[in-house]
Amino acid sequence: MEKTWNNKAWFLVLPVLVLVAFSAVIPLMTVVNYSVQDTFGNNVFFWAGTEWFEELLSSSRFWEAMVRNLIFSFIILAIEVPLGIFIALNMPKKGWGVPVCLVLMALPLLIPWNVVGTIWQVFGRNDIGLLGYYVNALGIDYNYVQDSFDAWVTVIIMDVWHWTSLVVLLCYAGLVSIPDAFYQAAKIDGASRWAVFRYIQLPKMNRVLLIAVLLRFMDSFMIYTEPFVVTGGGPGNSTTFLSIDLVKTALGQFDLGPAAAMSLVYFLIVLLLSWVFYTVMTNYDAER
Amino acid sequence: MARIDVNHIRHSYLPNPRTDADFALKEVHHIFEDGGAYALLGPSGCGKTSLLNIISGLLHPSHGRLLFDGKDVTNLSTQERNIAQVFQFPVIYDTMTVYDNLAFPLRNRGVPEADVDRKVRETLEMIDLASWAKKKARGLTADQKQKISLGRGLVRSDVNAILFDEPLTVIDPHMKWVLRSQLKQLHRRFGYTMVYVTHDQTEALTFADQVVVMYDGGIVQIGTPAELFERPRHTFVGYFIGSPGMNVMPVAIEGKTAMLGAQRIELPGAPKAASGAIELGIRPEYVRLGRDGMAVQVSKIEDLGRHKVVRAKLEGRDIAAVIGEDETVPADPRVRFDPAGINIYADSWRVEMGA
Ligand SMILES: Nc1ncnc2c1ncn2[C@@H]1O[C@H](COP(=O)(O)OP(=O)(O)OP(=O)(O)O)[C@@H](O)[C@H]1O
Ligand SMILES: [Mg+2]
Repeated sequence: MEKTWNNKAWFLVLPVLVLVAFSAVIPLMTVVNYSVQDTFGNNVFFWAGTEWFEELLSSSRFWEAMVRNLIFSFIILAIEVPLGIFIALNMPKKGWGVPVCLVLMALPLLIPWNVVGTIWQVFGRNDIGLLGYYVNALGIDYNYVQDSFDAWVTVIIMDVWHWTSLVVLLCYAGLVSIPDAFYQAAKIDGASRWAVFRYIQLPKMNRVLLIAVLLRFMDSFMIYTEPFVVTGGGPGNSTTFLSIDLVKTALGQFDLGPAAAMSLVYFLIVLLLSWVFYTVMTNYDAER
Repeated sequence: MARIDVNHIRHSYLPNPRTDADFALKEVHHIFEDGGAYALLGPSGCGKTSLLNIISGLLHPSHGRLLFDGKDVTNLSTQERNIAQVFQFPVIYDTMTVYDNLAFPLRNRGVPEADVDRKVRETLEMIDLASWAKKKARGLTADQKQKISLGRGLVRSDVNAILFDEPLTVIDPHMKWVLRSQLKQLHRRFGYTMVYVTHDQTEALTFADQVVVMYDGGIVQIGTPAELFERPRHTFVGYFIGSPGMNVMPVAIEGKTAMLGAQRIELPGAPKAASGAIELGIRPEYVRLGRDGMAVQVSKIEDLGRHKVVRAKLEGRDIAAVIGEDETVPADPRVRFDPAGINIYADSWRVEMGA
């Protein structure tokens, strides 16, 4: 049979191509373009090759920000995931408590990032902040402006407050999908509370947990607004995470080349780590 | 193993039940004897699962008591009651192997690992999954999952009773037969008290010594398969047991005669205290088709292999008769009712007949 060739179908794909081009490919290419050039303003550019990349990868400032960021991501995951699961397990499954809990849980997620930052910035101040003032009144020396440990504690608590709900809601969705029969069978089989969690609830939450971990990891790895509003990356550079560093370079010093190189490296890292996370967790899932 | 005394149990899923209609179980009062094999038979929604869940303690009854060997267990937890229950839909622990699934109820009770191994292997053999022991349970087919579910119910040897809630629904007919005979064997060997819920009357009649028929939240009759067949206490049992079900027709009673339209039917005795809506019930097996008796118009003959079912009209009502495989329907068909098979019902409940 003769095959008819008709390329009109490509027109149907066109809108998507255009959209992706404008939203992702073109900006990314602009960044690639900047990353290999140098400029002294006036729109005059010189070829710089891999200079910026070399400089970046050998700069201790970049690696410090990166390590800081990894530690931060690790800590908030280590807190938010178990805490989220714990809260989800204890939320009511039916009755009037359900909508109440869901709304309460969703509230922090609905607040804009910079507002969250401002709330905690004020909340933690030791002159007028509710938290800062009373913590100090209790005799604990707390000052996130001067003490880097306090700054870290503040930023972490803020993130936990803001994002644990996401983990809770995802886990809760997994939990309510478990049919009653499973709990009944577990009772008949004499399963302990822990066994019910380990063999019924955790396997059901498995997939949503994977999504929660991925989302929280990517998000915390790109965190900018909240810590910036609270600490501005300080004291010193102690809470300067990757993106804060990036913005300082790009806007503060207007070094477009190094900033572009940094964005690319940064982009690749997020991509790589997310891929690793995903592969590891799905493989683990498949082999069980 | 225990004698289970279901004492005036009523249950409603509503918080404030008012009328009888609000109750899923209206009033169940019955003793399951120690070591008995009972089948619980009834239509969908009649409360079979609810009754099992009350016995196993998954559900706390709104009213009434539950006694095991005379000891009140109404407020004991499922675990303390030590009951095995197999659910209507297969429940398996996805992440465990087939072996671990069966070992789970034993390990939870701290059974020594050597005994666990012995019991699990024995059970695996019985449900024909021995070669699957090391496989993860999640990839199995529906009937394999159902077998695991069943296996978890059978693996414990010290239980007070085993409750089966339609355990063989998704299993293919041959395997169904095999498993059912294994259950019977197991029952003979260990003398468990077994309650077996089913929709399927053949399954009920072959499995049980005693069949409990439930209808609309209550027990309407308990008896041997033969009793249920010959003397249904309620017209529902007549319809529900047997295929085709019992013929039931409204009649008027005059002494030892029942009047069905223009026809007069001789009864084996005069019904006692026959008031209310009176009906005559007769199984198709007792309707004799021949050349004498009441005239009928035959509408259909179904050949079922071993016998034929004749559908006909008698006095304008549908009636079924069973005839032998090589009998034929005469040209001017008439029917007689064998008096041995006649039951009289007043307001759907059977009334005794005097001599
Ligand atoms: N959890 C529940 N909440 C409210 N009503 C229920 C619940 N479970 C059962 N019911 C109701 O109680 C009645 C009896 O249900 P039950 O499940 O005991 O019936 P069943 O005989 O097991 O039916 P089936 O043969 O369909 O399994 C039904 O009317 C059902 O709608
Ligand atoms: Mg049921």
